[in-house]
Amino acid sequence: MKKIGKQTFLISSDVVIKDTFSIVGPKEGEGPLGNYFDMIIDDSSWGEKSWEKSEQKLQKKAVENLIKNNKIEPQEIDLILSGDLLNQIVSSSYAARDLSIPFIGIYGACSTMALTMGLASLLIDGGFASNIICVTSSHFCTAERQYRAPLEMGGQRPLSSQWTVTGSGAVLLSNHGNGPKIKNVTFGKIIDLGVSDVNNMGAAMAPAAADTIKQNLIDTMNLVEYNEIVTGDLGSIGKKISDEILQKEKINIDQRHKDCGMLIYDIEKQDVHAGGSGCGCSAVVFSSYYYKLLKEKKLRNLLFAATGALHSPTICQQGETIPGISHAVGISS
Amino acid sequence: MKYNEKKYDKVVKKHTPKNNCFVNSIYAFIFGGTICTIGEIIKNLFMNAGISSEEAGTIVLIILIGTSALLTGLGVYDKIGKVGGAGTIVPITGFANSVVAPALEFKTEGFVLGTAAKLFTIAGPVLVFGYCSSMIVGLLSLIIGG
Repeated sequence: MKKIGKQTFLISSDVVIKDTFSIVGPKEGEGPLGNYFDMIIDDSSWGEKSWEKSEQKLQKKAVENLIKNNKIEPQEIDLILSGDLLNQIVSSSYAARDLSIPFIGIYGACSTMALTMGLASLLIDGGFASNIICVTSSHFCTAERQYRAPLEMGGQRPLSSQWTVTGSGAVLLSNHGNGPKIKNVTFGKIIDLGVSDVNNMGAAMAPAAADTIKQNLIDTMNLVEYNEIVTGDLGSIGKKISDEILQKEKINIDQRHKDCGMLIYDIEKQDVHAGGSGCGCSAVVFSSYYYKLLKEKKLRNLLFAATGALHSPTICQQGETIPGISHAVGISS
Repeated sequence: MKYNEKKYDKVVKKHTPKNNCFVNSIYAFIFGGTICTIGEIIKNLFMNAGISSEEAGTIVLIILIGTSALLTGLGVYDKIGKVGGAGTIVPITGFANSVVAPALEFKTEGFVLGTAAKLFTIAGPVLVFGYCSSMIVGLLSLIIGG
């Protein structure tokens, strides 16, 4: 049995993160992690006629560059697992349209990066695949028009709101080679503690993040000591709440808990209120900054817990609350 | 999880920063007041040129709406709105912004199903409630004997 504890799958064979590729928009490029990204585009539309086309291009180029940099043939890739925030996950399927690689589209909102990496790890560990590419993307402008208001609409964003990251991160997982290895995967439960404020996603996702982190720590207690635990896009408010929830459970991760949404922007200077969000947020931060730290062995053990809010504007207008989810992947350098 | 919805709501409220209503109100007053003052100045200029008060009022509306639409298209109005808040939403310039912004945003979906269909997604409710309340007031004044 590869399942340990209540919710965690132990990856016993090699699942190597062979390489990554990250592309971000101009605002992310100006942020504190600017030097870590593989590519920074200087215009959010990237020469495309619509924002949706620009997001597809982000994802497609991330995959193409990842394949090119590793000098592998697309035929050697067994699967692409990808997802994004748009209705019917169109960014992912349209990005994969010309790639001629078997494709599985996955929706986990902003938790998608950890979800795809977790599923890919199980497939590789199970012997079903040798090479899998996991990729997600988000775009500030496509997310705004789908979830919120037109871009040119004059108004004030609440202090608890977050800024959707424009970017795409791709990860190549393989059953051989050198690089950081995925050691365990915890798929989270949906947790909804009644938050209905769509401008406070961090609060909606924090209980799910705390629950998944807690479960992973319990399940892997005697196996690994994480040097850092990084959540996807809780932002400054969600991070504080999740730390408080865990503290109540007598689990203190405050010192080693980081959040991709807080790392990607300079929260004070870049006017992003509570921080970054979106599928691309955890994807680009992991595939740039954290991958580098792991690869250079500056970080030994990392728990990557991406977080998602599984709502839609329609269902929230009908008075529903926001279900949160978090999936975690344990990685060792 | 040691929280129920009520307990969790308290934790969320504790960590969520609140908008500074007082400062926002001052900004709204300054921005809204400035827009209205500009309107008054334009109106007086036209009235001094011999145009009747009613016609000058119409001209003011055309100029303010036109300017707001232009500033929306140039990507300036949303930046003013970010500081001005209600002060830039409530005057007629805010209404123009709320019509032009979706018109621009959805032009990628075509002229008919994009721009035209989405034109009133934000301003629509304002029109609906505006018409309804004017009908109610009209009926009341008819019944009560206006």
